[in-house]
Amino acid sequence: MKRLDVTLGQDLRHPLEEYLRMDRIPHVWCPGCGIGTTLNAFLTAVKKSGIPRKDIAVVSGIGCSGRAAGYVKLDSFHTTHGRAIPFATGLKLANPKLTVVVFAGDGDLLAIGGNHLIHAARRNMDINIICINNFNYAMTGGQFSPTTPEKARLTTAPYGSYEHPFNVPFLVDSCGATYVARWTALHVRRLTNSILEALHHPGFSFIEVISSCPTVYARRNRLGTGLDLLKFYRDNSVIKNGANTRECDIRFQEQLIVGKFVDQEKPTYHDTMTEYLSQSVGKRYVPYQGPMQGKEEDGN
Amino acid sequence: MKYWRKPLDAAQVKPPRGEVHIVINRCKGCGFCITYCPRKVLEFSEEFNRKGYHPPVVLHPENCVNCGLCEAICPDFAIWSTPVEQPEEKKENAGGK
Ligand SMILES: Cc1ncc(C[n+]2csc(CCOP(=O)(O)OP(=O)(O)O)c2C)c(N)n1
Ligand code: SF4
Ligand code: SF4
Ligand code: SF4
Repeated sequence: MKRLDVTLGQDLRHPLEEYLRMDRIPHVWCPGCGIGTTLNAFLTAVKKSGIPRKDIAVVSGIGCSGRAAGYVKLDSFHTTHGRAIPFATGLKLANPKLTVVVFAGDGDLLAIGGNHLIHAARRNMDINIICINNFNYAMTGGQFSPTTPEKARLTTAPYGSYEHPFNVPFLVDSCGATYVARWTALHVRRLTNSILEALHHPGFSFIEVISSCPTVYARRNRLGTGLDLLKFYRDNSVIKNGANTRECDIRFQEQLIVGKFVDQEKPTYHDTMTEYLSQSVGKRYVPYQGPMQGKEEDGN
Repeated sequence: MKYWRKPLDAAQVKPPRGEVHIVINRCKGCGFCITYCPRKVLEFSEEFNRKGYHPPVVLHPENCVNCGLCEAICPDFAIWSTPVEQPEEKKENAGGK
């Protein structure tokens, strides 16, 4: 009785189609890859946020995760490897009213782009980072990355990685991030809520998504399919909202601490800039409002 | 649905109902929706889709409660649910105290 009804749903439109470049779907991500689920969560949050489409921009780095910018029907830019955060910072400076989202991988954000990350967090730059942590450089075939847990095997770590990985929430927390959360690709509801909160949070928000990479990470480590990875997350995730980020390090195939760890208010880069310059320059200082200043142009 | 005790308002509250839609040839057969649907509405098809994957089939349409989990967890934007209007026949009997 398990017959395929090929007509089912053909004439209907997916609820997120207005946010997707449907001409580019199906996307390139492998079956069971968590990046698609994360993009789904992100677009759901964008839809729920009520932020007009023209006021949101997506910036990606290079890698499997970086492909996201190409699928969203929003202003988006696929930058060079590691440079998503400086590009996003520039966008935010040039147009402070924009909600700027960086969607990139652990290699992009923490290896080649690591310096940009720590300084954007230090400045409490008002941008939102969605970091796909699949524990490796997936697009280039599975080299180990700064988040690869010790003992995990990858092409450049055939006997298992012996480097100490970053504890990412602790890193960004200690640098000054004001919103820090970690979820897995299984925690779709909580992830969507966190992204929604981050979109409305003034200041530097960082959401780490532990994401299934069946093709490279799981295959190298014989961990099975994407579904097997989700089952692992289900059995081994412990939700600890407000946990001390120092205790959130990840060990190979051990307990995963997830949750919202940091949510605090602190003046953003723009707040402190406006305050300091108004004090020192006085009335001559006119805060920059962006290119649309004065023009009440209300397209979609 | 099984309850450990019968809710006091069981007669009044009807669980919502949903209809599942699947774009067969967009699906990559990962099984996320099938595994995590709380009402076990879906099952792998025996046949292949155009890309060679086994997409889900709706085995128990009457069980769908429109929770939207399949829609949220699908990495490929291939499945979603819409609410189904339910007939309101029972209303007169259920209204009293
Ligand atoms: C300047 C530069 N150096 C190296 C590369 C090669 N390269 C492409 S993607 C990538 C790593 C991607 O890893 P990650 O950011 O974790 O994304 P994933 O593919 O895992 O999603 C590298 C090193 C490049 N494209 N540009
Ligand atoms: S290689 Fe890994 S991260 Fe890249 S699309 Fe495939 S499963 Fe996803
Ligand atoms: S909407 Fe919920 S109950 Fe219905 S098929 Fe999807 S996951 Fe199952
Ligand atoms: S979650 Fe999506 S891609 Fe995976 S089996 Fe279900 S419909 Fe197909």
